[in-house]
Amino acid sequence: MQDLLYFSQQLVNGLTIGSTYALIAIGYTMVYGIIGMINFAHGEIYMIGAYTALIAITGLATLGIAWLPVILLVALICAVIVSSSMGWAVERVAYRPVRGRHRLIPLISAIGMSIFLQNYVHLAQGSRNIGFPALIDDGFRFGAPESFQLSLSYMQITIFITTLVCMTLLSLFISRSRIGRACRAVSQDLGMANLLGIDTNRIISATFVIGASLAAVAGLLLGMYYGSVDPLFGFIAGLKAFTAAVLGGIGSIPGAMLGGLILGVSESMTSGYLSGEYKDVVSFSLLILILLFKPTGLLGKPEVEKI
Amino acid sequence: MLEVHDLSMRFGGLLAVDGVNLDVQNHEIVSVIGPNGAGKTTVFNCVSGFYKPTGGKILFQGKQVQGKPDYKISRLGMVRTFQHVRLFNQMSVVENLLVAQHRHLNTNLLSGLLKTPDYRSRETRSLDKAAYWLERVGLLELANREAGNLAYGQQRRLEIARCMVTEPKLLMLDEPAAGLNPAETKDLNQLIMSLKEDYNVSVLLIEHDMSLVMDISDRITVINQGRPLASGTPDEVRQNDDVIKAYLGEA
Repeated sequence: MQDLLYFSQQLVNGLTIGSTYALIAIGYTMVYGIIGMINFAHGEIYMIGAYTALIAITGLATLGIAWLPVILLVALICAVIVSSSMGWAVERVAYRPVRGRHRLIPLISAIGMSIFLQNYVHLAQGSRNIGFPALIDDGFRFGAPESFQLSLSYMQITIFITTLVCMTLLSLFISRSRIGRACRAVSQDLGMANLLGIDTNRIISATFVIGASLAAVAGLLLGMYYGSVDPLFGFIAGLKAFTAAVLGGIGSIPGAMLGGLILGVSESMTSGYLSGEYKDVVSFSLLILILLFKPTGLLGKPEVEKI
Repeated sequence: MLEVHDLSMRFGGLLAVDGVNLDVQNHEIVSVIGPNGAGKTTVFNCVSGFYKPTGGKILFQGKQVQGKPDYKISRLGMVRTFQHVRLFNQMSVVENLLVAQHRHLNTNLLSGLLKTPDYRSRETRSLDKAAYWLERVGLLELANREAGNLAYGQQRRLEIARCMVTEPKLLMLDEPAAGLNPAETKDLNQLIMSLKEDYNVSVLLIEHDMSLVMDISDRITVINQGRPLASGTPDEVRQNDDVIKAYLGEA
């Protein structure tokens, strides 16, 4: 019983963290699916989302607004607006001018963008980490009080539900809406989509904006979950989400969701049964193994040579 | 409708197209023929905005279009196909036709999310149009199939249907009969003729299949090694000595 509870605890922790990886991974995978490039500034966009949410929450607190749903909603909206405009700007500044050039050029300009954003936040917000108020605390506990208890916090439940809602909305958007349809067309054959009168630049901007919005949601959630943010907040999360995207098959949206969950669970199992020190070792070993044995990822389609 | 004056296209030291003139009138099928490597597809790529020509003028309905981005050119009413079928393979047949009507469905995000009556009626109209063209090219019962799984001849017809839902004034077909068997070629022949007769579309055609070219073209332009060789009605071209030489070699 004890063991089962302990295992379930790791599973819950893993799924929590994994679903936020999945939210961030969507941004990598969508951009890759459309223009075949990795958006290395994506982790920073997520970090900026977290900072914006924090600023909004602090601002509301000084105004004396204390009703939780309002605080969360305003923080969410602010984070999404700021992050998605950042995502849009990154595409305009770092990608569009060099699109169609050698693949290394946009890569370098994206890394430059990432360094710029990171240091900008260093300057504007300071490099110390800042406490993020735990707006949603408490939770359920299972098990006898004198032994190990499985805790399922309200925060974790919030993360599950929010992720689930976002993923459902995204899937519906991609499969049903007119812009989603155009996104799929552009990712399959950009040139042809152009010739059929689709303004592919707008569609590419849209994918950056969608990815950035989801990253902002993840930023708010993880900021509250971890309880603090710092300017390097996006770096490791970005790497993990990138790993998740590759694990699931980069370019595939269900793949990013699956990859995020697998990565999250394997990390928390490692911390739970081995040692927290090893969790990054495990996740990046997983990346290397996937790249060696199934380079297209779990749900990725084999690369078909375009004629 | 389409006028091409003195078009030239240079790739580094290679002059792939040199001084080509071409015109397509309303309600006309014009073919461009020539030996392999003559520069036919390059002409197509310049006209459709895929390449930026290095010299010459391209007028579509009196407006200069050379150097314009391709999505703008296509919005003027000029669509093309490629030598190789380029469908959106992982989308269903009907989705291929819906996505081609993207710009006709010009609605904002909000109306799509809220499914306003206006949005619904536009969606219904584009579905109707897609269904009409699927029926027209005989693919209606395959509407929900993935496009990549269709037989080759069906993919060719779907491609033409996808062009037609954009309501083009000029349809540019790059070797539409390539890889088709004689029966399919005959069907294609009838389809192209009816596009002209029933839908008032002009057609610019690149084709190797001489029977198709001679049957349906109103006029033919022959290109050899990037330079214009002859142009005229099918009969004139058939009897032109230069054309015979270019195709058969000199005796």
